[in-house]
Amino acid sequence: MMATQDVIARSATTTERPSIREIGEVAKLIDTSKCIGCKACQVACSEWNDLRDEVGTSAGTYDNPIDLTAQSWTVMKFAEYENPGSGNLEWLIRKDGCMHCADPGCLKACPSPGAIVKYANGIVDFNQDHCIGCGYCITGCPFDIPRISEKDKKAYKCTLCSDRVSVGLEPACVKTCPTGAIVFGSKADMKEHAAGRIADLKERGFDQAGLYDPDGVGGTHVMYVLHHADQPSLYSALPDEPTISPLVSLWKGVTKPLALLGMGAAVLAGFFHYTRVGPVRVEEEQENAELSEPVVHQVDPSVHVVDPKEPRP
Amino acid sequence: MDMNRRQFFKVCGVGLGASSMAALGMAPPTAYAESIRHFKLTNTRETRNTCPYCSVGCGLILYSQGSGGKNVAQNIIHIEGDSDHPVNRGTLCPKGAGLLDFIHSPNRLTHPEVREAGSNEWKRIEWSEALDRIARLMKDDRDANFIERNDKGQTVNRWLSTGFLAASASSNEAGYITHKVVRSLGMLGFDNQARV
Amino acid sequence: MTNHWSDIQNADLVLIMGGNAAEAHPCGFKWVTEAKARNKARLVVVDPRFTRSASVADLYAPIRTGTDIAFLGGLINYLLENDKIQHEYVVNYTDVAFIVKEGFGFEDGLFNGYDADKRSYPDKTAWGYELDEDGFARVDKSLSHPRCVYNLLKQHYSRYTPEVVSNICGTPQDRMLQVWEAIAETSAPGKAMTVMYALGWTQHSTGSQMIRTGAMVQLLLGNIGMPGGGMNALRGHSNIQGLTDLGLLSNLLPGYLTLPLEAEQDYAAYIAKRTAKPLRPGQLSYWQHYEKFHVSLMKAWYGKNATAENNWGYDWLPKLDIPGYDVLKVFDMMYQGQVNGYFCQGFNPIASFPNKAKVSAALAKLKYLVIMDPLATETSEFWRNAGEYNDVDTAAIQTTVFRLPTSCFAEENGSLVNSGRWLQWHWKAAEPPGQAQTDVVIMGGLFHRLRELYRKEGGAYAEPLLNIDWAYRQPEEPTAEEIAQEYNGKALGDVFDLQSGAQLAKAGEQLSGFGLLRADGSTSCGCWIFSGSWTQAGNQMARRDNADPYGMGQTLGWAWSWPANRRILYNRASADPAGNPWNPEKKRLVWWDGGKWGGTDVPDFKVDSPPADGMNPFIMNPEGVARLFAIDKMNEGPFPEHYEPFETPIGRNPMHPDNPQAISNPAARVFKNDMELFGTAKEFPYAATTYRLTEHFHFWTKHCRLNAITQPEQFVEIGEVLANELGIKAGERVKVSSNRGYIKAVAVVTKRIKPLTVDGQTVHHIGIPLHWGFAGVARNGYLTNTLTPFVGDANTQTPEFKSFLVNVEKA
Repeated sequence: MMATQDVIARSATTTERPSIREIGEVAKLIDTSKCIGCKACQVACSEWNDLRDEVGTSAGTYDNPIDLTAQSWTVMKFAEYENPGSGNLEWLIRKDGCMHCADPGCLKACPSPGAIVKYANGIVDFNQDHCIGCGYCITGCPFDIPRISEKDKKAYKCTLCSDRVSVGLEPACVKTCPTGAIVFGSKADMKEHAAGRIADLKERGFDQAGLYDPDGVGGTHVMYVLHHADQPSLYSALPDEPTISPLVSLWKGVTKPLALLGMGAAVLAGFFHYTRVGPVRVEEEQENAELSEPVVHQVDPSVHVVDPKEPRP
Repeated sequence: MDMNRRQFFKVCGVGLGASSMAALGMAPPTAYAESIRHFKLTNTRETRNTCPYCSVGCGLILYSQGSGGKNVAQNIIHIEGDSDHPVNRGTLCPKGAGLLDFIHSPNRLTHPEVREAGSNEWKRIEWSEALDRIARLMKDDRDANFIERNDKGQTVNRWLSTGFLAASASSNEAGYITHKVVRSLGMLGFDNQARV
Repeated sequence: MTNHWSDIQNADLVLIMGGNAAEAHPCGFKWVTEAKARNKARLVVVDPRFTRSASVADLYAPIRTGTDIAFLGGLINYLLENDKIQHEYVVNYTDVAFIVKEGFGFEDGLFNGYDADKRSYPDKTAWGYELDEDGFARVDKSLSHPRCVYNLLKQHYSRYTPEVVSNICGTPQDRMLQVWEAIAETSAPGKAMTVMYALGWTQHSTGSQMIRTGAMVQLLLGNIGMPGGGMNALRGHSNIQGLTDLGLLSNLLPGYLTLPLEAEQDYAAYIAKRTAKPLRPGQLSYWQHYEKFHVSLMKAWYGKNATAENNWGYDWLPKLDIPGYDVLKVFDMMYQGQVNGYFCQGFNPIASFPNKAKVSAALAKLKYLVIMDPLATETSEFWRNAGEYNDVDTAAIQTTVFRLPTSCFAEENGSLVNSGRWLQWHWKAAEPPGQAQTDVVIMGGLFHRLRELYRKEGGAYAEPLLNIDWAYRQPEEPTAEEIAQEYNGKALGDVFDLQSGAQLAKAGEQLSGFGLLRADGSTSCGCWIFSGSWTQAGNQMARRDNADPYGMGQTLGWAWSWPANRRILYNRASADPAGNPWNPEKKRLVWWDGGKWGGTDVPDFKVDSPPADGMNPFIMNPEGVARLFAIDKMNEGPFPEHYEPFETPIGRNPMHPDNPQAISNPAARVFKNDMELFGTAKEFPYAATTYRLTEHFHFWTKHCRLNAITQPEQFVEIGEVLANELGIKAGERVKVSSNRGYIKAVAVVTKRIKPLTVDGQTVHHIGIPLHWGFAGVARNGYLTNTLTPFVGDANTQTPEFKSFLVNVEKA
């Protein structure tokens, strides 16, 4: 799974993606009702990804780091909630991080080809080699996830451990979670697992328990079981109904081509260098190179999504 | 992948020009044919261990780089829970998940040192000097203060003027050998973290 | 733990009280989650703070710190009043029917025989059973005798009514009764509640009695010995269980053998006193084998030099003049200038012991201090002026400090004992950094030098040192494997079955278990309860078969559990007197199959003793049954009684408002000058408690970047109501002071700490996590033990870190 042929969407790219392999969708399910906020996932994430954030300060909460950063791809958010119904205090703890949307706003917004890719299994990954640090992915994200690093001016976020998943392992946060609040598998299995958890929560008095898999972004590959699925925003401002910003749609429809035209003018020399020299050299050095694709596509959408399970048009 | 990396760079040129061109949707179809993340545990050695923090006793797998051959020192690069372990089943808490930074902590002690009376600094010394000096201090104190008999003339054989705190994170073997030595010296001011 | 981690999945109800398992033992806590999934178990948390454990609980009740005996005493009363006890279990497996001596009494907060000047009960003779002419305890199975334990118990706890308890604990009555009701349901014979506790019970001046009260509740409910039941001490360090088992405490020898007192000059009398004869007919009283364990230990330590003629080296053991030189005692002596040298092997006392000012001053009086540690601890640098965090006069401190670098877990082979008594072997993965060495090598090096010095120069009583058996292949560097084989034990001569005469082991062989130990010098064994861990078949601690054939989570093929690979202690009590499991469906552990005991666990019983013979499950007790009445084993009395913490926010004991002697534990030892350092609620109005956070481990992980990131800076937790009163906002710095010093930290203002109404007053709690200091990669902070009082539990001397008084103000 997760060969490069499994990239089904790629930022700012209009060429058609390979599509004959059939890859199932995966999902990570985070059960907030089993989460004890221990931050093992935070630490395991940083350890696995060789990240060491700054040692910060205490802001008078348990949240540390206080928010996501380019070197903290997941953080726990703690909210104290006095339930008016039961009269009980609840400590609602949510692991924040990339939701791996089926319809990723970041990818839609990204102007740099290949800086953001989406795999057929649902993982949305950033490729910093191609990131230009413009920050449009942040604007595009309804969950406020990507962060630009001050060190290298590139955007970073959770990769769903695409390196682990690609060799058949679960993400680091899933493996480490002491209480099994984070589980990983096919999206269908995760939904079924969630249904069992929700039934249990309802028995334990949480009538509004439910699954968070919001339609506004086409569903997500990171889902939550919430005790109060009717009020996601109780969980440290989890969006009640996330949608991709209308700005991104505008960018995608009108602004982006205009802006790109501007960029193109600014780098005309490069452009001509490319069109004149580049392909020729490739042809020279690699005779078998397939160059039948036109260099410039006429297709407008900046994102071309291929569902391998859909019949081809 | 139908284009090697060197060719890719050539094709793309450098800097803003290349990015912007690519942004125009003109990148060749081959440009995305690259691997973003490499799996880092390829060819590492796995060693079974136990977490040294709390007493759940979670099973660990330590991943180290190096073949184990004579010319290399193994370097532990990653630690993960042991999935076969019946208690932790592969999981680790934030402390266990961060153990790599304990092993490689900048505050690990690496050499015997002494802080002389009244001094404001550490001085590095050899093991032999450290152990010789400590043994001498112990013997002098023991010889001077050992109590063979109490006021009633009963044999008591105790040494109270030196004490010892043992480590509850050290292994049974270290603890056992420590006990064997300490009691044979007659020490009674002997405890471990179980007391607190 | 009487049970073990993965057994928690068998519980029907989980009570977390005096601990915070989700916070301090997250991976063990997963089995609570499993119990919820498997048995629809409910989780009940009782704690002064709404903790991480409480965040996933089904029922949470707040309680004032230090009042758990009242809460549980009330529960005992509730169980007895509402007839919610497991009758058959209680009558057969506990001492309820035993008749207590005349003369035992309790009045106005004190048991009979109190000596106020000595702060103790010097005469405990009335705290025992009436014996018959054969030396057996008298019982009355009808429970009608006024002095049978049942009636004394009932009488003692009848005072703990819901009103009285709620008034002491501050727990709202309705919530308290919900908790009691939930717990009472597990008195049904097939149901089990597990109790998960930790230092939240231990670290009080009444800590041992809190734990006892919990155990009494479990006995009344029939939950001891049951899968999913038990009293489960969640121990705090990776090998704290192992070091306790190996007896690295002032008054112990390995395997819970005890050092002699100086009055015990006669070896035979020393053994006889510890070789308890059965107190009821037909009981096993396993300590009858004491001498076998003792002699085998002395053979392991002194080899051929320990002989019958020299009483196996009895003189070489130091003899105690007081119950023990616990750490509070030793540091008080050090403070008085009576200690010259001190070793800290992986221990950071300036951070871990109460009243940092006293500990620091004590260390400064040492001539030499030796640190063996993988990390740069605060103790190793107690002489360094770290500004406000450690403001000392370096030049005036005349202590020579040696700091010896040691390996860590990843750099050595060896075994650790987890809280569930599993001995697990681990393997070395890399070399230690620089010149760091293992503790074994360092101890070996010191031993050799000392022995050479004594050989050359002579000196004070060198016999034990010269007679020690050190026959390791490389004497400078004994291997972990050799030492493990030594504590397991081996046959020095051929070992025969005492009845049949059959040969059980040949000379030189590793022993298969402590059943083979002999008192005639033909066996050696460094720790009898570990015997069986490294047999002739090899290292049992390294076993890795995680099969669970009965689905009960007992995994008998994984590692090795003491004693005898038994996973649940007292497991005979999981079956009824006829030998059938109380719950044959879901809680089968051991049973009588007509010819022997067997089952899903190794029976904790004489395997061929048929139920009809009437042997009872608690084979380590001479009575054969468990004790609700502690006889003379506890220093403050046979039944736990509520006493206030030494620093009490209400200034009196509502149980005994008119007796000043019974405010706080009357038998707790308080040193001269420490009494004066106790503060009162007038100056220090808030109840404080110290604790760990899940992100950190004591004072280690502040040296680890990954953990420092997750909790970088020292903070204290203050309830919203109090914070509003004091005008303190989250994130502001506050000064927290006790009568012993102060710390400054960031304020976490929270709804999770609520004011409680106690004895007509409002009591606020201040929560103080303990993980910061003046060394590490996390932000520097104050050692929290700057604040804590120098007083311990009356039995263990474990300091009262969980209940003291502070004041809080804006910094």
